[in-house]
Amino acid sequence: MRIKDSLTAIIVVAICLIWAFVDARAAQQGIDSALRLMTPLLLACLAGLYSERAGVFDIGLEGKMLMAAFTAASAAYLTGSAWLGLLAGIAGALALSLIHGLASITFRGNQLIAGVAINFLASGLTVLIGQNVFGLGGRTPSLSGAGRFNPITLPFAEALSGVPVLGPIYSELISGQTILVYVAFAMVPLTWWVLFRTRFGLRLRAVGENPASVDTAGVSVTRLRYAAVAICGVLTGIAGAYLATGLSAGFVKEMTAGRGFIALAALIFAKWKPWQALFATFLFGLLEAIANLYPNLDLGIIVVPSMFMNALPYILTVIILAGFVGRAIPPRAGGEPYVKER
Amino acid sequence: MDKMPKWADVILTPLISLVLAMAISALVILAIGESPWEAMKTMVQGALGSSYGWGFTLYYATNFIFTGLAVMVAYHASLFNIGGEGQAAMGGLGVALALLYIPLPHWALALPVAMIGAAILGAAWAFIPAILQAKRGSHIVITTIMFNFIAAAALNYVLVRLLRPVGSMDPASARFPESTNLPTLSDAFARFGFEWGRNTPANVTFFVALIACLLIWLLIWRTRLGYEIRALGKSEPGAVYAGINPVRITVIAMLISGGLAGLMAINNVMGEAERLVLNAVEGAGFIGIAVALMGRNHPFGVLLAALLFGFLYQGGGELALWTSIPRELIIVIQALVILFTGALDNMVRMPLERLFLRLRRKEAAE
Repeated sequence: MRIKDSLTAIIVVAICLIWAFVDARAAQQGIDSALRLMTPLLLACLAGLYSERAGVFDIGLEGKMLMAAFTAASAAYLTGSAWLGLLAGIAGALALSLIHGLASITFRGNQLIAGVAINFLASGLTVLIGQNVFGLGGRTPSLSGAGRFNPITLPFAEALSGVPVLGPIYSELISGQTILVYVAFAMVPLTWWVLFRTRFGLRLRAVGENPASVDTAGVSVTRLRYAAVAICGVLTGIAGAYLATGLSAGFVKEMTAGRGFIALAALIFAKWKPWQALFATFLFGLLEAIANLYPNLDLGIIVVPSMFMNALPYILTVIILAGFVGRAIPPRAGGEPYVKER
Repeated sequence: MDKMPKWADVILTPLISLVLAMAISALVILAIGESPWEAMKTMVQGALGSSYGWGFTLYYATNFIFTGLAVMVAYHASLFNIGGEGQAAMGGLGVALALLYIPLPHWALALPVAMIGAAILGAAWAFIPAILQAKRGSHIVITTIMFNFIAAAALNYVLVRLLRPVGSMDPASARFPESTNLPTLSDAFARFGFEWGRNTPANVTFFVALIACLLIWLLIWRTRLGYEIRALGKSEPGAVYAGINPVRITVIAMLISGGLAGLMAINNVMGEAERLVLNAVEGAGFIGIAVALMGRNHPFGVLLAALLFGFLYQGGGELALWTSIPRELIIVIQALVILFTGALDNMVRMPLERLFLRLRRKEAAE
């Protein structure tokens, strides 16, 4: 691995260390909040990773997550079970993924336009159905108890909290998150393994680079791309469910608030690689946490307004896209519908 | 030989897409326990049944004409500009700066100055994505999305920290000088002794939008630049072979596109709000995508589609007022229109093509 590729990781670690050095308590609180804020970003980013590695560009991550958040919160409220909510969230996102697949794989339409349509569909339908079912102006009633994913205390968290440095990191940061946070982090090595160590992953990547060769080898391009889009649906489903039943307690209109697009930005930032996706989303989570904690960040020389912190993920992504700091090259066949030669 | 006649391509496919979108919307309305027929009646009544309704319909349509044309021009160069939202927001800043800091005695003078301000900032916001696409191959869809968010943050900063008058709480600029307020259509009618559309925001910008449609038609189909834009859009290698500079044309097409999106601000910021408020664009930039797709990337089609969406917008507002259907229904209809005319185009087109082919064979056999 070259230095350039681990730049994000170095920056993230540096930010954490400097922060801990300046104000340990605030850093602990901030990094804890960053871990929670990055979870939906990471899941959505990995979702996009599968889809785009297979050659289907997805700007509908936002919509899929929003739909999942709504179906998850509704089901969790009606059944009282966060787990059934999670299933409903996955189902909601999968339904939109199916539309995406139909439009961009079966009917060989424009993948980007399909993504735009999915975003609006989710944005409209969630409020329309929500208002009809709950009558709260698009909100769902707030969830409590088993309707939410609650923090889990890992073994020995109490006992180890006295150990210097590592103790608080284990007991405060690593322990005490909801199960979906651990799922999201576990998805990173899993995704790496699936994409780079299995036959399915090899074929999936090939279908995003050169679908004709995969077709020649007798493997169905359509089936592979549908599989990728379905995995994308499952992951955005978990991301949405986490937003509505883990991070907050219920669905609010437009609650994804651009997270799907930040995940998209992170995907480019990570150059379509799973481990780098982890650090890119961590970086963006940190930025959000810092903006929340310090509305006016005083760096001594200048005061950075929170608006700038909020815009920073997008600005950084444009810089990366411009190719000034390493090049972000998308999968070669991305965005192109595959037409079988006759 | 074409698979189907031109009229079918231009009129039939968008119409079928629209009917499909409407049919699914009707099902959605049925599913939430309301009557689609009643909903349709409320919308027609509210948007077209009175001069008041028309005043709002034309006002919304004016916004959508500009953003629709913006998407259309870029599309002819095969660039998908989904940054209309940010470009229109920046156009609003251009209008506000021009009107607040340049003393202008009369609206007829203020209008061109504001138009220049709006177009320059709108175009400037499209410039960086354009140059990155042209020179470094950064995907314009992604960069324009990023620039929408950057515009929102920048505008938030400008309104809260810089343009907000001292002592005011809401993040908005001061009111523009009285002398720069645009005459509304109802003023114009009143001058000739008619009463039409009182208290509606439709204003002279509507005519500017109509002129813009004509000019864009001339540009795309009657000028050398338009030819170059279309040539680049059809095939980049072909265009390069013909001596067209792809970097230059990409940037120019995006500047025109961004400028058009920015011009929307003279309608909503100068004509309606008469000051710059946060989130003034309200999604009109995205509706431009639906309008351009529905209008088959032709200015006349864009005009018709913008009127249709103006009707949907005003009708949707009335729907929310008189029934229990929230106005988000419009977003669903918009999504379905984009889906059927844009992404599922082949689903509508392929059976039609087969149908026309069969008809032709029959004709040939007889």
